[in-house]
Amino acid sequence: MSNPSNRSRTAWLFLAPMIILMIVVAAWPLGRSIWFSFTETNINDLSASRFVGLENYFGEFGLFANPNYVDGFWKSDWGMSIRNTFTFAFFSVALETLAGLGVAMLLNQEFRGRAFVRTAVLVPWAIPTIVSAKMWGWMLHDQFGIINQMLVNAGLITQKIAFTADPQYAMWTVVAVDVWKTTPFMALLILAALQTLPKDCYEAAKVDGVHPLRLFWKVTLPLIKGPLMVAVIFRLLDALRVFDLIFVLTSNSSSTISMSGFVRREMIDNGNMGYGSAASTSLFLIIFLAAFIFMRLARVKLSEESA
Amino acid sequence: MRIETKTVFNKFAVAVAVGLPVATAFMFASAFAFSAHAATVTIACGTNGADFEFCKRHTGEWAKKTGNTVKIFSQPTSTTDSLALYRQLFAAKSPDVDVLMVDIVWPGIIKDHLVDLKKYSKGVESQHFPAIVANNTVDGKLLGMPWFTDAGLLYYRKDLLDKYGLKVPDTWDDLAAAAKKVQAGERASGAAGAADFQGFVFHAKAYEGLSCNALEWVASFDGGSIVDSSGKVTINNPNAAKALNTAASWIGTIAPSGVLNYAEEDTRGVFQNGKALFMRNWPYAWSLMQAPDSPVKGKFGVAPLPKAAGGKHAATLGGWQLAVSKYSKSPDAAADLVMFMTSAEIEKDRAIKGSYNPTRPDLYKDKDVIAANPFMASLLDVFTNAVARPSTATGIKYPEVSQAFWDAAHDVLSKKSTGEDAVKKLEGRLTQVKRNKW
Repeated sequence: MSNPSNRSRTAWLFLAPMIILMIVVAAWPLGRSIWFSFTETNINDLSASRFVGLENYFGEFGLFANPNYVDGFWKSDWGMSIRNTFTFAFFSVALETLAGLGVAMLLNQEFRGRAFVRTAVLVPWAIPTIVSAKMWGWMLHDQFGIINQMLVNAGLITQKIAFTADPQYAMWTVVAVDVWKTTPFMALLILAALQTLPKDCYEAAKVDGVHPLRLFWKVTLPLIKGPLMVAVIFRLLDALRVFDLIFVLTSNSSSTISMSGFVRREMIDNGNMGYGSAASTSLFLIIFLAAFIFMRLARVKLSEESA
Repeated sequence: MRIETKTVFNKFAVAVAVGLPVATAFMFASAFAFSAHAATVTIACGTNGADFEFCKRHTGEWAKKTGNTVKIFSQPTSTTDSLALYRQLFAAKSPDVDVLMVDIVWPGIIKDHLVDLKKYSKGVESQHFPAIVANNTVDGKLLGMPWFTDAGLLYYRKDLLDKYGLKVPDTWDDLAAAAKKVQAGERASGAAGAADFQGFVFHAKAYEGLSCNALEWVASFDGGSIVDSSGKVTINNPNAAKALNTAASWIGTIAPSGVLNYAEEDTRGVFQNGKALFMRNWPYAWSLMQAPDSPVKGKFGVAPLPKAAGGKHAATLGGWQLAVSKYSKSPDAAADLVMFMTSAEIEKDRAIKGSYNPTRPDLYKDKDVIAANPFMASLLDVFTNAVARPSTATGIKYPEVSQAFWDAAHDVLSKKSTGEDAVKKLEGRLTQVKRNKW
């Protein structure tokens, strides 16, 4: 009785609002931004854009291969922002994974008040990034910040440190705050994985008297590897497009600016829609490539182990 | 039975698919219709509490006189963010803000989006400083009415200079020598809180304020103004390098290294607490430091900023204009408000009660104004000879030029680079910013 063409027509009808919505809010802006990246456009007058092909990428004043970078590509603002982003992503994700693993192992134990601790651990993750960045900015302030005061009182430092302004410290401050904020997320995902582990393995190990560390390396880690990799990928993609934390916490100077910060500066502060779009398109491609490489590496390792 | 359900579903789906956008469109349409009917003028007039109070009182008077309604829009505290916001509003042709506050460096950047006020001013702009009117006139159109002006000043502690038998410095060398002597003397005196007494404080955080500061140093060493009026990048010259090196030599000797993260208010905090001999700041600091509870009340004076030996005194021109957005729904009322706010009467009131520097030379001879702000009488010269930032020559690319300049200056001050290397690198960066044309 049900005729297939009618059915598929109904399906399309139901899908239509969503498809239209996706075109309007995702495909159109994305396509427009990629189109802008091939033009020279200023926010002053969007209609006066001029097609320049790949000039914004590889031209005389482009992002890459630019002869005006007197100190080489990696010292240019765009090169610095790529370096900063990857430094940030590598250290913050590595530290978060380790800390999250530790917290998850602890929370996986049976103890009184476990439910309360599990909830409490989530608080940093629940605070919006802008708020936590501002909060840490005040705590780390060089004049009236409580952290400097505590360090001075404890006799650890004599001169107050400008944690968020001094280029020597700024990037590590950002990494530290991000680790504080995101460890709960990692802990939660890993904890979920830990809870699916079969109890009998552990009981058998106990009977055999296997050392807990050996048990962790040989049983726990291989079993949670899949979910762990998913969590790491999530965080990596997130960390590579970091913007809000760095923008609010630091002066956003070239010592800490991220790729997204660079895109914002070009598009919003300087009004260069064309050049900024080229940077944002490159950002998209770079993240895509990084995720692809990471997934490849993770899979190779997994298959080696199973072999 | 089944067919019937399906048709109902089909109809429902059609209703959703068609109805939703229609309903949304209807909502948007009614929102637009509503805003078109409102005969209000929205004005942006400042970021701090004092600005807001003055604005509310003065626009209130105008609203009462004309029967219009005024809404006050609070713009972001950072001028960089304000400009970015305005440019986005303009790109969207938004009528949200009718009267905007325009920084002295903006007219070249947003010239395409402002109303020519000549029709409304009927020549009264000739009562304002000609340099500011010229700055606000782009392609023969008067894009903003001068509202209040600013220029860099040297604040000094009269009592301390007298104590050590020193004169107000005329050159940077004099300033460094005096600062060194007084700083050493005060620190050795053992008085309470004198252990961290500073010779000179200025704002050198990496932001527009540092560009103003550094331009003063470079101009006073005859190092030009970064980009000359024909659009040529002139910063790579020995005088500019020397100016930056001289400023770098102050850090850690007569100025704390903390100045590298100071904005205006941080320097005022140090100076007002009696912890510094000299300060570079804008005129706004005067009335705040003369407040009854100020520790330095009556103990300080202002002078033009020092010059290099053989150079000239230079103060960066600052200040704000009022302008009308081209996308305003009621440009006539908005322009009328601008004329009211920049009238002699309002500027005088703001000068007396808030020490906002008037843009009308006549007011610098007005005895009420002088009585309230004795320093203003001596500032007429400073304002008349102030140096403009290269915003007219660089047009819409000025924000990038300024950013490259303050980055370079910050590198030299934090001793990451020498003046010579920094100006060379800056020249390269500015060429990059310029691309084919300004």
